Amino acid sequence: MKMTGAEIVIRCLQEEKVEVMFGYPGGAVLHIYDELFKQEQVKHILVRHEQAAVHAADGYARSTQKVGVALVTSGPGATNAVTGIATAYMDSIPIVVLSGQVPVPAIGQDAFQEVDMVGITRPCVKHNFLVKDVRDLADTIKKAFHIAKTGRPGPVVVDIPKDVTAHTCEFVYPESVQMRSYNPVVKGHLGQIKKAAQLLAEAKRPIIYVGGGAVLSDASEPLRKLVHQLGYPVTNTLMGLGAVSGTDKHNLGMLGMHGTLEANMAMHYADVVLSVGARFDDRVIGNPANFAEEPRKIIHIDIDPSSISKRVKVDVPIVGNVPDVLEEMLKLIDGKKPDPAQTADWWQRIGEWRSKNCLGYKQDKELIMPQYVVQKLYEITKGEAIVCSDVGQHQMWAAQYYPFAEPRRWLNSGGLGTMGVGLPYAMGAQFAHPDATVAVITGEGSIQMCIQELSTAKQFRLPLKIISLNNRYLGMVRQWQEMFYGSRYSGSYMDSLPDFVKLAEAYGHVGFRVEKPEDVEPVLKKAFIDHKDDLVFIDFQTNREANVFPMVAAGKGLTELILAEDL
Amino acid sequence: MRHIISILIENEAGALSRVSGLFSARGYNIETLTVAPTEDASLSRMTIVTTGSDEVLEQITKQLNKLVDVVKVVDLSEAAHIERELMLIKVRATGKDREEMKRMADIFRGRIIDVTDSTYVVELTGSSSKLDSFISAIDTGLILETVRTGVSGIGRGDRILKV
Ligand SMILES: Cc1cc2nc3c(=O)[nH]c(=O)nc-3n(C[C@H](O)[C@H](O)[C@H](O)COP(=O)(O)OP(=O)(O)OC[C@H]3O[C@@H](n4cnc5c(N)ncnc54)[C@H](O)[C@@H]3O)c2cc1C
Ligand SMILES: Cc1ncc(C[n+]2csc(CCOP(=O)(O)OP(=O)(O)O)c2C)c(N)n1
Ligand SMILES: [Mg+2]
Repeated sequence: MKMTGAEIVIRCLQEEKVEVMFGYPGGAVLHIYDELFKQEQVKHILVRHEQAAVHAADGYARSTQKVGVALVTSGPGATNAVTGIATAYMDSIPIVVLSGQVPVPAIGQDAFQEVDMVGITRPCVKHNFLVKDVRDLADTIKKAFHIAKTGRPGPVVVDIPKDVTAHTCEFVYPESVQMRSYNPVVKGHLGQIKKAAQLLAEAKRPIIYVGGGAVLSDASEPLRKLVHQLGYPVTNTLMGLGAVSGTDKHNLGMLGMHGTLEANMAMHYADVVLSVGARFDDRVIGNPANFAEEPRKIIHIDIDPSSISKRVKVDVPIVGNVPDVLEEMLKLIDGKKPDPAQTADWWQRIGEWRSKNCLGYKQDKELIMPQYVVQKLYEITKGEAIVCSDVGQHQMWAAQYYPFAEPRRWLNSGGLGTMGVGLPYAMGAQFAHPDATVAVITGEGSIQMCIQELSTAKQFRLPLKIISLNNRYLGMVRQWQEMFYGSRYSGSYMDSLPDFVKLAEAYGHVGFRVEKPEDVEPVLKKAFIDHKDDLVFIDFQTNREANVFPMVAAGKGLTELILAEDL
Repeated sequence: MRHIISILIENEAGALSRVSGLFSARGYNIETLTVAPTEDASLSRMTIVTTGSDEVLEQITKQLNKLVDVVKVVDLSEAAHIERELMLIKVRATGKDREEMKRMADIFRGRIIDVTDSTYVVELTGSSSKLDSFISAIDTGLILETVRTGVSGIGRGDRILKV
């Protein structure tokens, strides 16, 4: 049967079992919007800014195993989407962004609302396409979904000129994708896995270092088995939170710039490091030169060969999908537990680091400590909420004080560090999990970067709970200025903040302001219990000067960690 | 170290910019880059001459392989290979220089392919260093224009880059 390009787009989305997509209309995508209107299978969520459409699709993908989808118009719609695309790219999130384009004959003419979307996004996509012929459309969309979700996941942009959506051709959705240039490795090399198992068996000071790759590949089950089989300590990156339960006694917590003392020390002094889908980021190991001082053997499991030996030299590279590799490793270990005596000294040292209680903080009678709010949120949500964070100090406190029992419950922008993702991520997560409790942890700076989405949340009755840790500062910036720029708070003070309670109310939501520590718990309860079905915005007026500790300053080594008590 | 990387890439619009964009975004050197379709018109063959430490070269090959359109990548300079570059060089050829220029072209096995009263165009093929030597062997004051294609390379014997 002949169909128009616009019909084909929708049919492809249906074939891909897309249930929700996030978008914003405009001239170049009007044919597509018209087809969307005529069907019900793919639900379209109208956001208030294209950046949020992409973030919401990204949040949807992070909270599920599915590919998120966004639709934007050409020109400004497309450029507004770029921050969202780059954010997904840095954290390897599978999304497909469909962008409108001016008609093929107008391309290159500086036509109205023309931008070279393929050119603009090239450095921040896994791949992108410009479809110039309607006969290529179905094939291209099939490929886009395939590329987005296989191998190292990532965003794929499909740029579709308006005339292509009007032209017609026979519609056939390909059953599978064959690409001679793209065949990601899944199974790890058995010889390498054997070497790794051997090293692990002999380790005296082992550490299992877990990253976003373990979450992206849903590797929790084999990973937890491995940890318990070996009885070795685990640490995770900001992106790996929840892959191993945050309350598991093997878990030393997050490592890196704001990681725990025990995690950073264990990483530094380990004799064998097993990296599971983690990429030795600069916020994690600090300066690679300092990291290289201690001799250790590094085993690195990663599906992307370019992540391996990029920043530190790896002894046993294993290219493959985390669960596949771990299953093989478990088979090799075959129930043989290493003798606990072998690592007894190591656990003893870890115990000493742990006893410093590096996340301890001084409670205050008058001022609300931001850490306290997160702890109370954890209690009231029984640790079961999907927590979507923005970027700043509040993000670090959320990561430190809300231990995640399961993966895909912690949504945040790690690689790009994009302020403004929190609310749209929560929208994406709530659409994916309508019955889940979804909380946003944000700051008064970040929330204002996508605040318009309060309107979308109203339209679709999303009962999000927004926990704003309002320190009246761009706190993370202020902290660096306090520590490294002689307390010259240049541009980090947010003057003339809005009344967030009134703002929430103006959008038709419920708003509360909390100024005293004793009100934290009751108001949280009111929000999560009495106002279960409402969007509630809670403006916590927190201690302005609170800082995030521990901290490894940029360019320093993991052992040069600053603790709160050092100051 | 200097390396010659050969790439087979899908002959799609924008393929070249994906590769050149990768090099500039990641701060890798490109000394020369040549590209043209192969006998199979759906594939392009690219040759890039670059320099960098072993670690950088490892990243370059990995990052190139990661590009979705790239089918194969080899570092030709890892084993026996042949490299050739073509240069067209226009020189002033008057008086005693005219004979001298002809002689130099012969020594370097170049061919004079355009002649006027006062100029020659010499065509020269060889390794990049041979072309460099020619340039330094003649009086630079006589050079009017040079154009070089950049390096093409191929493995010797059984080393074959094909899908
Ligand atoms: C304000 C701020 C502070 C920060 N502080 C910290 C900090 O203290 N500590 C910290 O850890 N981070 C911190 N970050 C985050 C940091 O910038 C990085 O985003 C993060 O450390 C990267 O995590 P990762 O190594 O797990 O890699 P990810 O970016 O999650 O990458 C995943 C890796 O897994 C691989 N992979 C993907 N899928 C698979 C698969 N199926 N099989 C195998 N491998 C796969 C990928 O190829 C990639 O190499 C901070 C960010 C911000 C904004
Ligand atoms: C889009 C964007 N612009 C700038 C920054 C730099 N930045 C990182 S954290 C931060 C401050 C965030 O302030 P707020 O949301 O109030 O959080 P707080 O640190 O106070 O908890 C800034 C400006 C960024 N990460 N993203
Ligand atoms: Mg703030």
